[in-house]
Amino acid sequence: MGARVLLALGLAALVAVPPLLPKYALEVLISILFFGYLGACWNILGGYGGQFSFGHAAFFGIGAYTSTLLLLHWNVSPWLGMLAGGALATAFGLFAGYLSFRYGLRGPYFSLVTLAFAEMLRVVAVNWKAVGSSLGLVVPNRGSAPAMFLFAEKLPYYYVIFVMALGAVWITRVIERSRMGYALAAVRENEDAAEAAGVDALSTKLRAMAASSFLTALGGTFYAQYFAYIDPSLTFGPAISIGGLLPAIVGGAGTVAGPLLGSFVLTPISEVTRALLRGRAGADIMLYGLILILVISFLPNGLVGWLRSRRPGAERAA
Amino acid sequence: MSGTGLEIRGLTKRFGGLVAVNRFDLAVAPGEIVGLIGPNGAGKTTVFHLVAGFHGPSEGLIHFDGVSLVGLKPHAICRHGLARTFQLVQPFAGLTTLENVMVGAFNRVGDVAKARVRAAEIVDFVGLGPRRDTPARHLTLADRKRLEVARGLATEPRLLLLDEVMSGLNPTEIEAIIGLIRRIHSRGVSLLIIEHVMRAILALSHRLVVLHHGEKIAEGPPAAVARDPRVIEAYLGEAVEETR
Amino acid sequence: MTWLFFQAVVSGLLLGGVYGLVASGLSLIFGVLRIINFAHGAVMMLAMYTSYWLFVLLGMDPYLSILVTGPLFFGLGMLIQRVIIEPNRAAAEHNQLLLTLGVALFLENLALVLWQGDFRSLRVSYSGASFMVGDVLVEVPRLIAAGGAVLVGLALWGFLRTTDTGKAIRALSEEPEGARLVGIDVARIRGAAFGIGSACVAVAGALITPFFYVAPDVGESFNIMAFVVVVLGGMGNFLGALAGGFIVGLAESLGAAFLPGSLKQLVVFGLFVIVLLFRPEGLFGARRGR
Repeated sequence: MGARVLLALGLAALVAVPPLLPKYALEVLISILFFGYLGACWNILGGYGGQFSFGHAAFFGIGAYTSTLLLLHWNVSPWLGMLAGGALATAFGLFAGYLSFRYGLRGPYFSLVTLAFAEMLRVVAVNWKAVGSSLGLVVPNRGSAPAMFLFAEKLPYYYVIFVMALGAVWITRVIERSRMGYALAAVRENEDAAEAAGVDALSTKLRAMAASSFLTALGGTFYAQYFAYIDPSLTFGPAISIGGLLPAIVGGAGTVAGPLLGSFVLTPISEVTRALLRGRAGADIMLYGLILILVISFLPNGLVGWLRSRRPGAERAA
Repeated sequence: MSGTGLEIRGLTKRFGGLVAVNRFDLAVAPGEIVGLIGPNGAGKTTVFHLVAGFHGPSEGLIHFDGVSLVGLKPHAICRHGLARTFQLVQPFAGLTTLENVMVGAFNRVGDVAKARVRAAEIVDFVGLGPRRDTPARHLTLADRKRLEVARGLATEPRLLLLDEVMSGLNPTEIEAIIGLIRRIHSRGVSLLIIEHVMRAILALSHRLVVLHHGEKIAEGPPAAVARDPRVIEAYLGEAVEETR
Repeated sequence: MTWLFFQAVVSGLLLGGVYGLVASGLSLIFGVLRIINFAHGAVMMLAMYTSYWLFVLLGMDPYLSILVTGPLFFGLGMLIQRVIIEPNRAAAEHNQLLLTLGVALFLENLALVLWQGDFRSLRVSYSGASFMVGDVLVEVPRLIAAGGAVLVGLALWGFLRTTDTGKAIRALSEEPEGARLVGIDVARIRGAAFGIGSACVAVAGALITPFFYVAPDVGESFNIMAFVVVVLGGMGNFLGALAGGFIVGLAESLGAAFLPGSLKQLVVFGLFVIVLLFRPEGLFGARRGR
């Protein structure tokens, strides 16, 4: 029960402490929760479904651009635009997913196809004047307008991403314990055996894709509102695709706590590296590459897997 | 059990130039245990793949309780009440015994708690009670075979296809499986069994069907089929695995 | 209009030769190790930087630098395989993919840290040399690059066919179990395959430095091209990769000629997706199924 107490304390801290934090620390915390959120979204399809997407930025970008365009052209509140973005991303995800799964793309081939899809969207955005081409789009900053997902301070953004991250983690937990969770595990472990046991593999994977793409798109809207600027390479690029999957892998793919834990470890490392080696762009990603290699080599089940294996009488938590 | 059982007529499967199964007829009536035997490479597992929906037949029809199975995906066939095991066991290695079986139970039950209860009952029924929470990757081969059967049973089939479930087992384990198969049968499940362990299949089956080079060469009561000169000749070209 | 078409065809074939060499390296690695090497483009990028610095610091002609980069990156490839990939050869497929991704991230950003993101270019006396064939402009460095790439590719093909190591590589890629049984030193061959694949892409990099910019992200675009070519040509099909390179080069070039902006990439990706979905064994057939 020590874990429960720790968790409660941690949550309480995450709620109570931020107003007291200096600006920089708050930014880092937002960053941590943001990538933890993305990781949790990716994890639904990747960790639980076993389908490793290298192109999740596709959904992120669709979310970011949809809500921003709705805002700029029709003054639609991004809170609503978020949902529209999510719906569009889900539609795209189901389309791409259906094509891929229907034609039996598995493993690295699926990863490559998702990479291609994300790149295609990026190229389209770069060449499409109506969405700003490579110049991107700016979200007008008129101070505080909570109904329009616009805040003058960073703190409200923190609470938004905190709720989102918590929500993503909670949704993951619900899925894991549900019938869908068992179906996903079966498909991930052995698709043929799953089919033989009555699991509709295609439908299962598509449902994971739908949840994963919808939630990722919401993250895109958050990004747009928080940074007030989006462009094709920021939103459709590998930084988001890889930035989302790294915390999940390092923390533990296919676990509830993995992505957030991974982000709590990786993001500060990145921030510290960048602060120490100011002006040396890329040092933090270099470190990420190294960490990825080390984690795969020595902790293939991620940090969560490693922590679990150190507990006496360790078994898969229900 | 209601229904007309499994009916296969004229089943043919070609892989390129190779004819794996040729105009094969087979029926399994409700309540029957039918043994499918033949030398290695005869096409027995291919028949299972065809019936269970993993391959599509080149020709022929497959009906189960009046419904045509041709073109259906494996999970849909499972929904119709036909379950299968694999020759090389395919457990969900990262899941526990109970969780493995729960996956099958979800075929009939939507609720997690109910699935758990159903699965627990079946885990006990096949004798894996003590290993309920063991991850499947830590099970012995004999236990994995039981798990495979349990998972299939959890889908509540009317017909269970067992593919060499006794291969790799020692005589004690084989006896235990024979007992299990009889208990499954007494629950009202028909069985179509591929097996090389002769004494087991002779003891269990109501009827034997012999496949050789993809064609049926004999069919009938076990004792008669075992004495059939064509069957003996087919096996002479190949070592027959009796009890060891 | 027809001039544009022929110009595009020539440009496409020339760059396509290079794509083919890059892809055959990737294809070889896949054939033997069954992994898609995400770090392939990063190695090419490092080779390009090597040629660049050899030219700037020692005045070495980039084509001459091949004698350095070839063996150097053969060695680096073998090292990466031995130290990082071989110990994890039993890991799940997606984990092995992530390993090469990790190597790619590390190498690309190492370059970024060391040399910043500025585009550099290497100008030699013949960088601008060109001649006309009818109405079509042929640039000499591109022609040399394509010719060199094809030559190296064919030499490699010959190597695979005639030498013991080459035959061992082919055996391992077609029949891993059988190869083991006849006593082939599997670990050594796997290292050699990764080394040769890396050497291929390094040579390709050196060949294009007279006319291509050098920057930490230059490998990324070639990486994706290589994936497309390998899928098109058939995973593990060496000659298929060489041929596929020309096809992809043509597709890209024709796309660039007739589509605005950078939409040419859509043509290539579109081709990629279509082949992956409908003919994943490639146009020329792969060594093994997907």
